[in-house]
Amino acid sequence: MPDQPKSFTAASYNAYLKEGKLMGVACRNCGKLSAQPRPLCPVCHSREVEWRQFSGRGRLSTFTCISVAPAALGKQGYGRNNPYCTGIVTLEEGPRVSARILGVDARSPQNIPPDLPVALDLSELDPERPAPVFRPA
Amino acid sequence: MSSVTRKRQLGRPVSIVGAGMSQFGAFRDLTSRDLFAAAVQDLTAHMDQGIDVADIQCAYVGNYSSDLFEGQGHTGPILADWLGMTPTPITRIENACASSGSALREGIMAIASGLYDVALVGGVEKMTSLPTEGVTDVLASAADGLYEVPAGLTFPGIYAALAKAHMDRYETSLTHLLKVGIKNHQNGALNPKAQFNQSLRDIMVRRQARAKERGEVVPAWQDELDFLNDAQANPWIAWPLRLYDCAPITDGASCVLLVASELAGSFTDKPVHIAGTGQASGRPLHDAEELTSLSAAKAAAAQAYQMAGVTAQDIQVAEVHDCFTIAEIIATEDLGFFAPGEGPRAVDEGRTARTGDKPINTSGGLKAKGHPVGASGVAQVIEVFHQLRGEAGPRQLSNPNLELGLTHNVGGTGGTCVVHVLRRG
Repeated sequence: MPDQPKSFTAASYNAYLKEGKLMGVACRNCGKLSAQPRPLCPVCHSREVEWRQFSGRGRLSTFTCISVAPAALGKQGYGRNNPYCTGIVTLEEGPRVSARILGVDARSPQNIPPDLPVALDLSELDPERPAPVFRPA
Repeated sequence: MSSVTRKRQLGRPVSIVGAGMSQFGAFRDLTSRDLFAAAVQDLTAHMDQGIDVADIQCAYVGNYSSDLFEGQGHTGPILADWLGMTPTPITRIENACASSGSALREGIMAIASGLYDVALVGGVEKMTSLPTEGVTDVLASAADGLYEVPAGLTFPGIYAALAKAHMDRYETSLTHLLKVGIKNHQNGALNPKAQFNQSLRDIMVRRQARAKERGEVVPAWQDELDFLNDAQANPWIAWPLRLYDCAPITDGASCVLLVASELAGSFTDKPVHIAGTGQASGRPLHDAEELTSLSAAKAAAAQAYQMAGVTAQDIQVAEVHDCFTIAEIIATEDLGFFAPGEGPRAVDEGRTARTGDKPINTSGGLKAKGHPVGASGVAQVIEVFHQLRGEAGPRQLSNPNLELGLTHNVGGTGGTCVVHVLRRG
């Protein structure tokens, strides 16, 4: 028996992340791809959307290295002396996601090249706060 | 039919006839109600022909998050009661940092509809009740809690990502960002209500003097850029943004009195008319059309220009939403003052200074005046009101024919933008 399709919610998105999959939705009517699960196509407003798995390959289109961390990351030791990198990844299928970037030197952001090729890495996913994470490809 | 081609006009004209604001700053012992009462008292004290609070028929107040900052929800009636305004209806408007720009728009529409003739609109935010980390979390809650915040993006972080994209695409440099801050602090030094009533040179010199007094090594900064490039004095918040690229955490309140234009003459001989109003929504940065622009700002500006029958070239003074230095550069491009990518050059050439052809943020902007988020939109309108009436004191523009001004108020990182075009009466 194939799994029942999951509802188009953040809970489903996070459940897929825990399975190691970065999933978005595709509109069956106009073809629009969204990296966030929406029950309604944002372009043509069709309700005929379906889950689509992304390859996890993309490029880092812009980023920042944050030294004043929110509480959740502060508790993990990030902050003034230990900045972290996060940014906007353009997936090879086209849509973009906001994501943490590991495996780069957040103390030397000027050395992180524009449009750095990156790949999804969910090996250290925090089950309490699932979120896509990328590393240099 | 696109939103810009649709005819949008007010049902009847609306004018601003008075303005007031509290001191902006960090005030340990003042709550929202104290701050808003100070703003309204400032307004009533400066009405050209007086105002009885009992004559105010409705009120809209912008406030982002008294709930999280002060543990106080349902703030509207608390403020009305404190001012002795009950049972006058008051409605709190929440659109993040565009809350009071939106409140102004609601007041305009309430009068234009014919339901009311006299409306008080304003905003208030009490932010310093939380430590910086707490404020960071509260401000981050204006971003997408499901798809931006879990990526570790903060409010400065998202603007930093916009800045990085702008730097990659255009000739924008870190120095351009710092120059916006230097300019806005120069203006703030002339604004007695500003949180930073000092130029960055003043701040630099004071720090050097303090080091000397304490017998410490005196930093050898030669000028403001030298000071701002010192990572000790001006630490990174979210690269490429540093401390002095960010608007401060501020307590403050602002308000203006709106009336049907046909009644303006009984309040003042110098009304300022609402020539155009526009508001639009936008998407998170990862879903934005461009990483170097806020689509809501362009849409809101198009609406306001169309209603006013003017173009970007006609605007003579503007207060734009410089929550971060890069935000001012992007705003001046989104509003059509300069072509995309030309904002930084305009800063270099001094075009946005008080002496330039497109003076921006003569009040000091959010950067120096301070940014009590829910109060900032109406505080911008107050500056343009004073400039158009020729009463901006030492920062009054020298152009004696000022007629058209603009305000640009952004909520979050472009989720909301409200633009108003104001015309001297």
